[in-house]
Amino acid sequence: MQPTDVKNPDYFHKVVDCQWACPAHTAVPEYIRLIAAGRYSDAYMVNWESNVFPGILGRTCDRPCEPACRRSRVEEENNPKPEPVAICRLKRVAADYKDDIRGRLPKKGKSNGKKIACVGAGPASLTVARDLAPLGYEVTIFDQDPRAGGMIWSQIPRFRLPLEVIDEEVGYILDLGVSFLQRKITSMKELMGEGYEALFIGSGAPRGRELDLPGRKDGAKNIHIGIDWLSSVSFGHTSKIGKRVIVLGGGNTAMDCCRTSKRLGGEDVKVIVRSGFEEMKASPWEKEDAQHEGIPILNYLVPKKFVIEAGKLTGMVFEKVKAVHENGRRNLVPTGEPDQHFECDDVLVAVGQENAFPWIERDAGIAFDKSNMPVVDKVTMQSSAPNVFFGGDAAFGPKNIIWAVAHGHDAAVSIDKLLNGEDLAERPAPGVSLMSQKMGIHEWSYDNEIHADMRYKVPWRDIKITLKNVKAEVELGFDVATAWKEAQRCLNCDVQTVFTDRLCIECDACVDICPMDCITFTGNADEKELRNHLNAPARNLTQDLYVSGPLKTGRVMVKDEDVCLHCGLCAERCPTGAWDMQKFLLEMTNAGPGCRSHRQKKAA
Amino acid sequence: MTYVLKPRLHHPTLPKNKIGYTRRDYEGKVSTLCAGCGHDSISAALIQAFWELDIQPHRVAKLSGIGCSSKTPDYFLGNSHGFNTVHGRMPSALTGANLANRELIYLGVSGDGDSASIGLGQFAHVMRRGVNMTYILENNGVYGLTKGQFSATADQGSKSKRGAVNADAPVDTVSVALLMGATFVARSFSGDKQQLTPLVKAAIAHQGAAFIDVISPCVAFNNHPGSTKSYDYVRDHNEAVNRLDFWPTREAITVDYTEGGVIEVPQHDGSIIKLRKLSASYDPTDRIGAQDQIAQAAVKGEVLTGLLYLAPDAEDLHAHLNTCAVPFNQLGEKDLCPGAGTLEKINASLR
Repeated sequence: MQPTDVKNPDYFHKVVDCQWACPAHTAVPEYIRLIAAGRYSDAYMVNWESNVFPGILGRTCDRPCEPACRRSRVEEENNPKPEPVAICRLKRVAADYKDDIRGRLPKKGKSNGKKIACVGAGPASLTVARDLAPLGYEVTIFDQDPRAGGMIWSQIPRFRLPLEVIDEEVGYILDLGVSFLQRKITSMKELMGEGYEALFIGSGAPRGRELDLPGRKDGAKNIHIGIDWLSSVSFGHTSKIGKRVIVLGGGNTAMDCCRTSKRLGGEDVKVIVRSGFEEMKASPWEKEDAQHEGIPILNYLVPKKFVIEAGKLTGMVFEKVKAVHENGRRNLVPTGEPDQHFECDDVLVAVGQENAFPWIERDAGIAFDKSNMPVVDKVTMQSSAPNVFFGGDAAFGPKNIIWAVAHGHDAAVSIDKLLNGEDLAERPAPGVSLMSQKMGIHEWSYDNEIHADMRYKVPWRDIKITLKNVKAEVELGFDVATAWKEAQRCLNCDVQTVFTDRLCIECDACVDICPMDCITFTGNADEKELRNHLNAPARNLTQDLYVSGPLKTGRVMVKDEDVCLHCGLCAERCPTGAWDMQKFLLEMTNAGPGCRSHRQKKAA
Repeated sequence: MTYVLKPRLHHPTLPKNKIGYTRRDYEGKVSTLCAGCGHDSISAALIQAFWELDIQPHRVAKLSGIGCSSKTPDYFLGNSHGFNTVHGRMPSALTGANLANRELIYLGVSGDGDSASIGLGQFAHVMRRGVNMTYILENNGVYGLTKGQFSATADQGSKSKRGAVNADAPVDTVSVALLMGATFVARSFSGDKQQLTPLVKAAIAHQGAAFIDVISPCVAFNNHPGSTKSYDYVRDHNEAVNRLDFWPTREAITVDYTEGGVIEVPQHDGSIIKLRKLSASYDPTDRIGAQDQIAQAAVKGEVLTGLLYLAPDAEDLHAHLNTCAVPFNQLGEKDLCPGAGTLEKINASLR
């Protein structure tokens, strides 16, 4: 193999699995260390820079970082139940225990006279506004609802996300001099004629998918579309539901529906899904939360019809199916068992969401594809109309908050570049620093001791209270002591093992001390062969091999990054300093002077 | 050394041996030697060898003297028996222990000061007596604990870190061991575990006095140009006479040797040592020839490594003395103290 080019920021970035997996590339280990040090405000600001809503995301994020976390791979065959660091809930700790950070937030910039409109006041638009307002852009956000927040506020139930948290973090953005107006946009052409230099569409995926089965019309009074129902609960229009409730669907919305029902009078609430339990789209922890509240999840049942008696919904009929795998595809086929009938008073349909753009005239200059979605560039977020950008669920269909934030950052960079006459395709490089953590012979400026603790559970409020009050938050968050312990589980993957081949004397000290057998000195070969001939086989192909240049004996050093503990023992045992532990800090470049190209900067 | 304990976590694929232990179960405490010390690599090779041989750690006794090398038994086989003797007296303690209980596996760990200076007499006699043991000499050519004076194994003409030239002739421990009657004599290098580990395994299986001189660079005081025990010097002058493969049983042999020059030496315990010859003229079963070739290589400045001598029909101390086969700790009081009558009989027979 060729020697690894560690100058390419992607190499070490990939080693920080959590940061690499985060759509907004939050510097996770950095803020976890700050939490461990009790510097909650600093930890909050690291988050705020990249993901904008630490308090909100610390409760609701889809956590793509956690499945990526090295900790669970490291615990394999070491712990009965390998688990990642509770990254998401540690984020909440930063938000919960921070001081007043308002003084550290940017201020509204001196107006540059350029007007930007954002449609929809959800996380994507708010991110665009946050990135652009301090630069002097005049940002106006339109939303059909009287409050900013979008789905964060309307679809996520209060028992998962209290109102104060939303108000606080949305408020930080509106306080940057961003105008928020309640106005339902009904015509794109009209908006385009209002003199905005750029438009950002972050209107979400607002339409719940319909379930057109016999009885749907006659039972309409007691059959609700999940997201609309959740939204009317949030707005206080709905405060009751029948005693027996069936929730259809296996996603996170279904989980929110069933748990909300349980709090609004539902006694016999069950979730019924077509597929198997394991295949459900809902995050594992959300399923766990629902089950904890005594809500059964029944699987492999395909809805057949709504049962209407005397003009009123009384139940539903399902067909029992099983999964059959054929030609690599999974099909649900009837088992032939008799249909199953479940009685109910209300049904909540949460079988998916769709995008809808009835307000965008198809001759407004914005191209749509065959599935009726706008054509949007995946990098620049630009539509076929040069000054119209999309982000969040509106861009590529339903995803989640953290993706909306990432889209918002990208769109803000594009808008800033566009309005400064720059090429949008030329994206700004991230800010990267690599700094030795060596303080003395056995001293590092990070805590390199590896703790054996298993993942800590976030404490729950008493279920007797939470099931009675739809606004009582279920999760209480870590206390300071538990947060510290959970933070110790973080392996500091951003503190990189950096190898300098010309210093190595091939004494094998690093090989002997490495607890995970990551390091091998061997003759060079192609990657496939190397992976099979290391001290421990490198079978995780998503993890890179770090290969040095040729050493004195003609061999090379090969390190499998997969299960490295970043304990620094290789560097401590290295007599020549060929190994060093260096902190790799990567910050994405947001909109502003930093995102502009060098040529432009020179010209200016 | 390090202040942080080596984490207990291990690689998910870390294999277990036949008796259910991983290699990590054969480790000891974290080393307190200097970073990069060759001795730590030797410890790693010992851990690997004992793990591969499926030896239960509590069946091993580690004995050592004084010095950097003699500290190392603390850093491997943490669940074995250990005894740290006074300087240079490890062979006596080992001999005594072996006489008392022949069922344990004896590992003597010593250094060049411990074996070639203060303990040279002990070293010679333990070889002479054919004590069944594996004697590892971690040879770095300097007194590391007292800041790098030449030891008795430093080559004549080699330079200290400060530039002083060694005027004295070296003790060649391999030649001494051969001369004194050791039945398994090898030399290796701490920086070459592929060579060292099979040698250790073969030495453990050998039923007699097995000696391995392991050149082990002292990174702090003897790893500079002008040293003949540095990583660079040994790598440049290493002449391996053979490569050894060790097979615990005949059935286990899976490698097909097609090239010529393979010597197969069956051992008493049923294990097989296979030697791939690297030097056509070298015969490791010829004691006189071996001594000759070692001397010739020394003149040329070469470091001859590999299995230098092996007596397939070796005998040990117990055979020489016709001792009781049962360890003392398994004998009853009656056998151990047969009483005044028996003593009288013995005395009478000597009158």
